[in-house]
Amino acid sequence: MRWAGDKENPVERRAMINTLLSGDLPRSRLLSAVLVLILATLAAAPVLFPGAQAINTAAKICVFVVLVASYDLLLGYTGIVSFAHTMFYGLGGYGVGLALYTWGPTWTSALAGLSVALVTAIVLAFLIGLFSLRVRAIFFAMVTLAVASAFAILAAQLSTLTGGEDGRSFRVPELVRPNTLIELPFAGPITGRTIAYYVVFLSAFALFLAALRIVNSPFGRVLQAIRENDFRAEALGYRTVVYRTSANCLAAGMAVLAGALNSLWFRYTGPDTTLSFAIMLDILLMVVIGGMGTMYGAVVGATLFIVAQNYLQKLMGAAAKSTQALPLVPDLLQPDRWLLWLGVLFVLSVYFFPTGIVGKLRQA
Amino acid sequence: MADALLTLEGVHTHIGQYHILQGVDFTVPRGAMTVLLGRNGAGKSTTLRTIMGLWQPSRGKITFEGREIGGWATPDIARAGIGYVPETMGVFADLTVRENMILAARAGAPDATRLEWIFAFFPALKRFWTQPAGVLSGGQKQMLSIARAVIEPRALILIDEPTKGIAPAIIDNMISAFDELKRGATTILLVEQNFRFAEALGDHAVVMDDGRIVHRETMAALAADTATQTRLLGLSLEAHG
Amino acid sequence: MVEQDGAATASGASEAVAAGGADYLPILLVPALAAAALPLIGNPVTWITLTIAALAMGMMIFVIASGLTLVFGLMDVLNFGHGAFIAIGAYLAMTTLVPLAGWIQADQLGLNLAALGLAILAAMAGTSVIGWAFERVIIMPVYGQHLKQILITTGGLIVTEQLIHVVWGGDQKPMPLPTALRGAITIGDVAVEKFRLLAMVVGLAVFVAMLLVLNRTKLGLLIRAGVENREMVEALGYRIRRLFVAVFVAGSALAGLGGTLWALYRETLTAGIGSEVIVLVFIVIIIGGLGSIGGCFLGSVLVAQMANYTGYLASKVALASNILLMVIILMWRPQGLYAVGGR
Repeated sequence: MRWAGDKENPVERRAMINTLLSGDLPRSRLLSAVLVLILATLAAAPVLFPGAQAINTAAKICVFVVLVASYDLLLGYTGIVSFAHTMFYGLGGYGVGLALYTWGPTWTSALAGLSVALVTAIVLAFLIGLFSLRVRAIFFAMVTLAVASAFAILAAQLSTLTGGEDGRSFRVPELVRPNTLIELPFAGPITGRTIAYYVVFLSAFALFLAALRIVNSPFGRVLQAIRENDFRAEALGYRTVVYRTSANCLAAGMAVLAGALNSLWFRYTGPDTTLSFAIMLDILLMVVIGGMGTMYGAVVGATLFIVAQNYLQKLMGAAAKSTQALPLVPDLLQPDRWLLWLGVLFVLSVYFFPTGIVGKLRQA
Repeated sequence: MADALLTLEGVHTHIGQYHILQGVDFTVPRGAMTVLLGRNGAGKSTTLRTIMGLWQPSRGKITFEGREIGGWATPDIARAGIGYVPETMGVFADLTVRENMILAARAGAPDATRLEWIFAFFPALKRFWTQPAGVLSGGQKQMLSIARAVIEPRALILIDEPTKGIAPAIIDNMISAFDELKRGATTILLVEQNFRFAEALGDHAVVMDDGRIVHRETMAALAADTATQTRLLGLSLEAHG
Repeated sequence: MVEQDGAATASGASEAVAAGGADYLPILLVPALAAAALPLIGNPVTWITLTIAALAMGMMIFVIASGLTLVFGLMDVLNFGHGAFIAIGAYLAMTTLVPLAGWIQADQLGLNLAALGLAILAAMAGTSVIGWAFERVIIMPVYGQHLKQILITTGGLIVTEQLIHVVWGGDQKPMPLPTALRGAITIGDVAVEKFRLLAMVVGLAVFVAMLLVLNRTKLGLLIRAGVENREMVEALGYRIRRLFVAVFVAGSALAGLGGTLWALYRETLTAGIGSEVIVLVFIVIIIGGLGSIGGCFLGSVLVAQMANYTGYLASKVALASNILLMVIILMWRPQGLYAVGGR
């Protein structure tokens, strides 16, 4: 049997990459380069960036890649606009977080919390999925907005359970605690922080590949057919109810996992960081700017957005200072206004490049 | 031969990825009734909708009274003098019969004399004048739809299958109504599957199949030619004759 | 799929209409809800206060929601950025009231109302212009494409809210309630806040004006017909695009008015004021039936009732209770209380 990682054989290597990416190759030198760069940077982050902010940024990117990819499954591949996605993200975050808080910082607690979150999310997604079929897209979007808002308010109100507006900080299992020190046989000591990072990174990587597998499977193709023309799909014998609901459940489950990873890394869960409409808008921005219906758009979009969130503001701050003499310009360049520019980019993307950055890179 | 009020030359229409009209050529002579015949799915309704601007032609020329209207927006085509009675009738169910007619009379209030003339052959409209159009029966809705198209004089009226789903007794009523209309020197382009109705009223016949015109003749000649009728209209003749 | 006769397909409503009578059943929900709340609240004075508060709040929500539902019914466009117009209206009003501080602080109803009138005018004029620009730039290019529409109006929301920060800053600002409108009038045991009365009057006036326009003018006729069947209106020779723009601008102006009232009601103002109320607005137009003014009015009152009663009884579940209300009504009438047209 040939060893699949046989580097001497380029054909084998290509075949291996093909299988890994479920046949959905980047199809562009430029895009591949960008993706490899992002992957490599994220993989080596603990080594490259000793500072706290940098590694937090990297972890956040990993989490959001999963979250945005799950949203792309819904929006880009199934054609459903839902504003309730943060609800599932929050369920994951709170599920794991509250479990660790209430039952002690062990892997069993975390897993228990995660299971509860997953089950709840899938049931909710199932109900929402059924509902989406009876009503039109706009109606559905509005209802999901209302439901997500109610959920967010509930989470903030039930303070005894959820820690209210302030959320909950909690301890994580010993292996991934920042202070833990593990002696590796050949490499020297590594911290629990690094271990935590690699848990997040590797999980995110695996989940992303799983998402690629889903959208490139026969199931995924039917989803796209439904997105294009659901009457036709139904006429061809595909029960759109089943497919849409399944897509909803899969996307919800993935979002839960993203939330769990987020909780694990930041050792905190709260309404502002998981359930707020601002986060929902962020996800929308990432998926549209990155490129809807491409999956890779999630990677590009999340990276761009989060790097901008953390570093663009510095740039803008400097620019604002330098233009202080002018009338309106400094206000437009205030670091807090980074969202304005991303919003403009978002609107432009919807008009001029609906396939986002990924689409543009592929055309180049 | 009367001059051509409306001319279609090489008109193609795509709806999404479907190529419905594949080169439609015919003329509608002024002052007469031309009937567009053909099987189900031949493209007759699409032709009317294309003329009306509801579908934009992807290729070809549509000339009305010397002006090229292909590519115009529907309201402008209507203002140029074309009235439209769709297959679905398009009556506004939440509005009363009166309000439907007010809308149809773009120039101002509906002309009283003309209204009386319409009431003469569509008396139901007077009866239900202040009722919401939604309570009218199918046949009465059809009457309203036609009345809307004729409340103001129009150069050309496009009518799509007015007898569809209408009881035979009412169809007779409609024949006399259409006779009245024709007397007003209005040009009519009628899409019909009911050959009896078409035969009674039509002056010219144009037959469509698979998005193209396959036969043009005077109605009298086609009425006499049962062989051609069967060949071109086949089953539809049996079903609607 | 187009219906042969174009009539509404909602179950209960069309039967009632077809029988020649109007559909009054949903209206009964208002007194029903009020009656259900009374035993739970216990104290009749509290109940009256809450119900009046509900009516006032309902009127304000109606003003905001009416434009949105009409735009949707007519143009099949849902502006997720509507919340931004609410905020801009409120901010414009606030800015107008700054130089008029003297008139506001004077204890004379006449001056107060004059100042408010000017503020409202400024708010509505401003939101009309911005609404017009929004329609041209953001909405027109994506007519008929619902997915893009949702995305792009959400983008418009983000950008507009950020621009508010740029122009006015992000901190909380006070919204001065005129002196003569502070406090309450006591009728028997019940204290009715003066501002709430004003809000009710304004809301009712808007409702009546809308009904008059819709039912007595040709413009209204066009709108009602357009909501039912846009194509046919065009085939009758009307340039319905112009109508769209006019209705959108009117809807934006109403949002500005509603925003002003809301800000005065709360007496403070932040950039997020639109987002606060927009969820309730969406619930209202879903309950009422997209495109129906009557339904919108009814929905506003019901939602406001729910919010006030549960706000008093169990404040944590206030919003959730409105969602429950929405679900129950949708199960009864999936198209909302008053379905419009043949959709």
